[in-house]
Amino acid sequence: MAVRFLFYVLLMGVTLPARAALDIEITGAGEHQIPISIVAFAGEEALSQKISSVIANDLKRSGLFRLVDPATKAPHEMRDVVYGDWAEVDALTIGSATALPDGRVEVKFRLLDTHKQSQLLGQSVVSKGDQVRAIAHRIADMIYEKFTGDAGVFSTRISYINREGKVNRLVVADSDGYGEQSVLTLKEPIMSPAWSPDGSHLAYVTFEQGRAVTYVQSLFTRQRFVLAAFPGSNSSPAWAPDGKQLAIVLTRDGTSSIYLVRPDGSGLRRITFSDAIDTEPSFSPDGRFLLFSSDRGGSVQIYRMPADGGFAERMTFEGNNNFSARYSPDGNGFVFMHSTDGQFYIATQDFQTKQMQVLTDVGWEKKPSFAPNGKLVLFATESLGRGILATVSSDGRVKQKMTPQQGDIREPMWGPFLKQ
Amino acid sequence: MKKLTMSVLLVSMLAACASDKPAEVAEAPVAPVEAPVAAPVAEAPKEVAPVAVDALDDVNSILAKRSAFFDFDKSVVKPADKPMVQAHGQYLATNPARKVVVEGNADERGSSEYNLALGNRRADSVKKMLIVSGAKAGQISTVSYGEEKPRAAGHNEAAWSQNRRADIAYNK
Repeated sequence: MAVRFLFYVLLMGVTLPARAALDIEITGAGEHQIPISIVAFAGEEALSQKISSVIANDLKRSGLFRLVDPATKAPHEMRDVVYGDWAEVDALTIGSATALPDGRVEVKFRLLDTHKQSQLLGQSVVSKGDQVRAIAHRIADMIYEKFTGDAGVFSTRISYINREGKVNRLVVADSDGYGEQSVLTLKEPIMSPAWSPDGSHLAYVTFEQGRAVTYVQSLFTRQRFVLAAFPGSNSSPAWAPDGKQLAIVLTRDGTSSIYLVRPDGSGLRRITFSDAIDTEPSFSPDGRFLLFSSDRGGSVQIYRMPADGGFAERMTFEGNNNFSARYSPDGNGFVFMHSTDGQFYIATQDFQTKQMQVLTDVGWEKKPSFAPNGKLVLFATESLGRGILATVSSDGRVKQKMTPQQGDIREPMWGPFLKQ
Repeated sequence: MKKLTMSVLLVSMLAACASDKPAEVAEAPVAPVEAPVAAPVAEAPKEVAPVAVDALDDVNSILAKRSAFFDFDKSVVKPADKPMVQAHGQYLATNPARKVVVEGNADERGSSEYNLALGNRRADSVKKMLIVSGAKAGQISTVSYGEEKPRAAGHNEAAWSQNRRADIAYNK
């Protein structure tokens, strides 16, 4: 835990200051919600962020918690808690934040079971003053894990493209869309950001050389290099789970085909040979298979084949076209963009049952990716003519729209858990 | 003097034919006031004729059209655009020093990566027709912008139909 947190803080340290806030709208609720109260932390008014509200928003948007307003009750220490006052909730979080003389902040928190009248969690974290939000996300992760048994994803990061006029920014942000930080700014389009499995690098596509060229960039050093710049388009990078190779799509030998390449650009090898378009590869979590989009059967559908090439099996049969498949973290299914009657929806499909479940209902939802715990799906949609971020729980019950103050959001991709 | 005026009028009329604009006759009387010998001017028509320098610069030529439009998710050049693409192929055949880039584009429906692939396929489709019409492969390169550089904004068929397109761009 400590190492993972330190890694996260390091990642924060090299990025630029946070940008403007978002508008977040949550609809729907999970089937069995856990009632919980998050009491305002003592001393948090003095911080740049209110820890208690960041925790509360994280838990709320998971759809698995029902936030109960503590009203005027404001205990900060165990001795202040009168359990009888909290009968309507299962759990209670209290804590305090103290600015240290050296500018750092010490945050203490406790998670209490109000029925058993006992402490479930208690921790103290010291960090730089500008990382209060990161601490709050970590606390929300711990609470989530305690109650659901699944890893929390509030501390993970997402990447997407923010387009304002001709200016395109490749950005990395917190999983709730806050703390947007630019990785690359260009006056040419940027596409298809893809996280390395350890979260240290992004592969992406830009048009700065006049055509689609794939780059890899370190989020620590900011150094970047060309992964593939063959004649034609070089696009759609996807990392193998061991990080030792990527699948990419090239047109150097004709119509778009899938190739494997090492992260340093060496060892290029073609693995699809159809005359049709083969694109959007996604590795299975065990690295043995690839899902990809192809129009080899006439319409665009999702296919699966061994990761080093071979027989490709068609996976999707419903609607007009299906695109942009991404494996679920458990490898049991995939999420994709399902097109029917000119509309585009986010859907999931299970490999065993072959059942498709459509998770969205507006009709302009693109580029889905799973949170690393498999419980949420991030995608791009539109609101008032502007691209925005949205999530839906993998059961389709809870939806969230995140509208930034400026820019047109495209191509989001949820990042991995950071390595322990 | 009379002959000179006639010549000037003739030049104006020829110019009118070439540009298809109303003849600017009104200016004619002003010009010849101090005109010298008539002889050179009489040759003017012969000098005007070669004004058809390069058909590419002629706004009335079919070569002035350089965009082929496609149906949704299709990359076949439509019958309406074939004569235009074929004319460019023939022009490239007779002007082997000229080179073009065919730029393929797609509308915003579908995934961005599939649309990048579709833009490549559209550019390739136009390239093939240029070659069949006489151009050499070495005169043509292709690029796809997918859905990334839309000509028309808007989420409707009017915009999408403009963006499902391949442009023939001549190198300078």
